[in-house]
Amino acid sequence: MALISKHLIGLQGVPREDIQLILDTAVTFREVLERPIKKVPTLQGKTIVNLFYENSTRTRISFELAEKRLSADSINFSTSTSSVTKGESFKDTIRNIEAMKVDMVVVRHAAAGTPFYLTKICNANIINAGDGIHEHPTQALLDMYSIREKLGKIAGLKVCIVGDIAHSRVAFSNIYGLQSMGAEVSVCGPSTMIPRFIQDLGVKVIYNIDEAIQENDVLNILRIQLERKAREYFPSIREYAKYFGITSERLEKNGKDILLMHPGPINRGVEISSEVADGKHQIILNQVTNGVAIRMAVLYLLGTLN
Amino acid sequence: MDIKAKLVDQTGMQRIITRFAHEILERNKGAKNLVLIGMRTRGEFLANRIFKNITEIEGTKLPIGVLDVTLYRDDFRTLIKQPQVSVSNITFDINEKNVILIDDVLYTGRTVRAALNALMEFGRPATIQLCVLVDRGHRELPIKADYIGKNIPTSINEEVKVKMDEVDSEDAIYLMDSKEE
Repeated sequence: MALISKHLIGLQGVPREDIQLILDTAVTFREVLERPIKKVPTLQGKTIVNLFYENSTRTRISFELAEKRLSADSINFSTSTSSVTKGESFKDTIRNIEAMKVDMVVVRHAAAGTPFYLTKICNANIINAGDGIHEHPTQALLDMYSIREKLGKIAGLKVCIVGDIAHSRVAFSNIYGLQSMGAEVSVCGPSTMIPRFIQDLGVKVIYNIDEAIQENDVLNILRIQLERKAREYFPSIREYAKYFGITSERLEKNGKDILLMHPGPINRGVEISSEVADGKHQIILNQVTNGVAIRMAVLYLLGTLN
Repeated sequence: MDIKAKLVDQTGMQRIITRFAHEILERNKGAKNLVLIGMRTRGEFLANRIFKNITEIEGTKLPIGVLDVTLYRDDFRTLIKQPQVSVSNITFDINEKNVILIDDVLYTGRTVRAALNALMEFGRPATIQLCVLVDRGHRELPIKADYIGKNIPTSINEEVKVKMDEVDSEDAIYLMDSKEE
């Protein structure tokens, strides 16, 4: 069993069997994470560069831990402390890093398509850790893993992604991944944040959050990205919280057992109330733990491919 | 692959397993402080059967676990086919315990080497004793079994195939001809 591709750029077009393989492999690594010594020697001698052109806490730490727990050597690159500030071009930077003999590159960049471009200019295995508003495949994989862990399956479930769909790579990766796994995906948010023609992906659009809660088994609540000028898309944060924020009153009103997820970082009191964010429906921190296992699985599957 | 000979049948395997149970208890002077760990996949079933036999003889239920050594293999660089990893399940403490490591066939010794590394990361056992259904020779590492079901001297062109009822719907050990076409 092996993945069809030597890179992980996105989940669009990735066959169900490959997603299944990654999720199943992650079960093994989830067990490794419960051991007293959380380390296996599998990627000994492999060198991995974490190329982060955009800020990140969870994803970078998660990848770094995954690499260390597989015994790979990892190097962190962030733009602020590199020669990028001296004006070195992206291509030159990559060529130089590759010349130091690296085996894999984990890349995050504000420009969509960067990971794909990397596959054209260097020989390492490329893993997308988020590129612009394109995709964030490992996040969607860990979301699916968490759903499966909690509910025992993915196929046949109704999953709604709530929030700023238009500017979310997490949303797109989830849509592609969940659909190949046989889930029914819908999106919910202010109409200004729902991209045009999203229905063409086979996604149902819901504009009312109560309706979304009633109809679905899982809500994946996205962060309102204040740094990406999200404020321009609705009149005020208070109004967004009022109409789309998930609160205990709202959950009680709809009286339903629902699974709540959030990729983090959370804006307490905006898309999710503090009470709900720490409440019984959510699995936010499980998602974080599972993230390390998923990334170990991806690194293992790509890194041991000959 | 052609079958050359059936070396052990169901009764034979049952006798070997009963003998293992007695030998393990004799060497360790009872079931105290013993734990059983089977290596996936057939070692797991073998461990289950030894467990049953020891329970019948001593009346104590030993802790039993499963070890998957895929992540500790030394041949990732040369493998053509990527191995499927699977979960280890050792839910008890192995520190200061006498661990009986159980596998079906002992050949090059590399799997056992991987298992030893893996086990050390779960703790520091007092001893690790190796129990194998078949020792077919051709060791590449200095590893020796403590309990051996059957010594089968083989040539490199042969293969030993252990079949167990749990996955193969029969209990038997076959000598196979593994000539490449």
